[in-house]
Amino acid sequence: MPSTTTNRALTSPITTRVLVVLLTSVALLSAANSADEKHISVYSPVAIYSLPVLERAGHEYVGLLELLEPLGRVSSESDGRRLRLRYNALEAEFAAGKTKAKIHGRDFAFTVPFLIENSRGLVPLSSLGALLPRFLGTAVNFRESARRLFIGDVGVQISFQLDAGTPPHLSLNFSAPVNPTISTEPGKLRMIFKRDPVVSPGSQSISFASKVITQASYSEDNGDAELDVIANEPLMANFSNNRKSIIVSAVEPGVVANGAQSTASQNPAAQNPGAQNSGPQSPGTPAQPASTPTTNAAIAVHRPLAVIDPAHGGDERGAALTNTLAEKDVTLGFARLLRHELELRGFSVILLRDGDITLTLDQRAAAANVARAGIYISLHADSLGRGARVYTSLLPVEGTSNGAFHAWNSAQASALPVSKIVSSAIVAAIRKQEFSVQAFPASLRPLNNVFMPAVAVELAPGPNGIADLTSANYQQRVAAAIADGVSSVRDRLGVQP
Amino acid sequence: MIPRHLLIGVAALLLLVVSMGIYLRHMRREAKKLELPAASLSAVAPPASGPTETVALYVADDAAGALRAHSAQIPLPGGRQQRAEELLRALLRIYQQPGAAHPLSPDADIRSIYLIDPGAAVIDLNAAFTDQHRSGILSEQLTVNSLVETLAVNVPGIQRVNILVEGKVRDTLAGHADLSDSFDVLPLEQARNQ
Repeated sequence: MPSTTTNRALTSPITTRVLVVLLTSVALLSAANSADEKHISVYSPVAIYSLPVLERAGHEYVGLLELLEPLGRVSSESDGRRLRLRYNALEAEFAAGKTKAKIHGRDFAFTVPFLIENSRGLVPLSSLGALLPRFLGTAVNFRESARRLFIGDVGVQISFQLDAGTPPHLSLNFSAPVNPTISTEPGKLRMIFKRDPVVSPGSQSISFASKVITQASYSEDNGDAELDVIANEPLMANFSNNRKSIIVSAVEPGVVANGAQSTASQNPAAQNPGAQNSGPQSPGTPAQPASTPTTNAAIAVHRPLAVIDPAHGGDERGAALTNTLAEKDVTLGFARLLRHELELRGFSVILLRDGDITLTLDQRAAAANVARAGIYISLHADSLGRGARVYTSLLPVEGTSNGAFHAWNSAQASALPVSKIVSSAIVAAIRKQEFSVQAFPASLRPLNNVFMPAVAVELAPGPNGIADLTSANYQQRVAAAIADGVSSVRDRLGVQP
Repeated sequence: MIPRHLLIGVAALLLLVVSMGIYLRHMRREAKKLELPAASLSAVAPPASGPTETVALYVADDAAGALRAHSAQIPLPGGRQQRAEELLRALLRIYQQPGAAHPLSPDADIRSIYLIDPGAAVIDLNAAFTDQHRSGILSEQLTVNSLVETLAVNVPGIQRVNILVEGKVRDTLAGHADLSDSFDVLPLEQARNQ
């Protein structure tokens, strides 16, 4: 019978071996491809992102539109041979296969030809260091061999401090909060910084006068920075100082076997070396026990989810902040900064729009509700007043629970007490930055339609007036304050029962 | 050969069409003449006259981000609905003065106010009120609060207010403040007293 023949063929030892070999080859090939995929990391005050690198005729290229889009307003048009690009108010023209281009009326020379593929402009990596300052008007530092691009003064510095006590521990102090992927292997603790603009400590390798922790080495490759701590004993790491410090120390005897699971439960990143961000950490929380099968078998990842909603977008421009500046553009840049700040503090973040698209108020509320986020933050901007304003819904607080069902127009009512706590925390954090800030109730959609804690933050001009609305430094400070405020009440966040 | 009576018939019909066209044009001109005096009358409608009353107007101040109670002497008619309309028009005149702390368009107007028992009021704004309103959460919310609170404090019994634009429900005032639902007076008063 045909079916019997097929079953026999499938179960015969030779066929099974061939299948196993084939499947293993495919798995290995795909893993190798994934590992070999080249990318470039871009760090700027406005956004931190990673882009794929393409190889053409022995040279490395990156998409020009993708590179500029997170940094400002970009549009382009191409007929296949020429590409015209507009970045904010600056115009540029490129020709396929040519090394010459015009940027804002001035000539620019590429090191190797510019390419156009399917109306998409590809710019050689070797020219980025010279090209980007012409668009951005600011200094850039491009480490071409490591494919890491720093725009402006965003680098995070590292310093080391060894305490040779018993047990010895090494403090890695960073100039800003960091969120590395941490893993261990015998004699080594490895930290990979994928989204942190960590820069070299000066020397690639530092030796310590300790019999346990002997050396730290820094390297950069393929858009990532890596910091390895070498030791003669198993190591573990703790975050402290609001993630600005990582304390590396030897694992005390007995901890690996008995304590690994409990410490790992507080550090999801330790369980998932592939994850970019680890979960919430309190100062001194063990971040990395030695890897054992026990720890790898552990514990569900818990990261609070924040939904950031840059208001307006697409056809809906929002307020005209100046003759040329629309509210929708300010909210998008501000939202990207806030996303980064929240991620640094261990939040997972959903940005409701990461481009100039039109979303209705109902679509925004529905997206936040479906995500069952811990916190919803709507971002607005206004040229009126100074500093920032934090809004909660004007709805009356609901006294009793309606169970799983919420009236659409008053869905926020049950979460309003927590929303007000979040608002107060954000106001306090912004005041610490010495910016003017006020809290108001407002009848605002989609704030009324989301059933998790929700606030709206309206960015107003800072000490330098309206120019602050587009100042990356000002936005960065306000975004960091908002993230601090939200992070300080993270235990209260979540969908109300 | 076309019969003579058919030619006369067609000619008569053509003459009728042309004369009807001329008459239609004439009637349109007459209609325009009739519309102009009506518009003029509405623009110069005098405020209510009679004995004045002291009322509390809640006036928005953009710089302070708050409402300020402003005592005013205005003539108020006897009916609740007319009284409500005069109150809000008096408020509007403050916002339309040069250098107002919360400027509104000179063309902004209250078309009508409907008082519906029990405790509901509907304010119908004209299109210029919203189309030319400054866009921003604070500015829009101050306008709403000012209208609702002035009405609630001076016209007893009002507990909630709906705002329409040209007789229709509109999503927002100028992109932010939600007009799709009614405003409860109590939370607004609580917010003002905090």
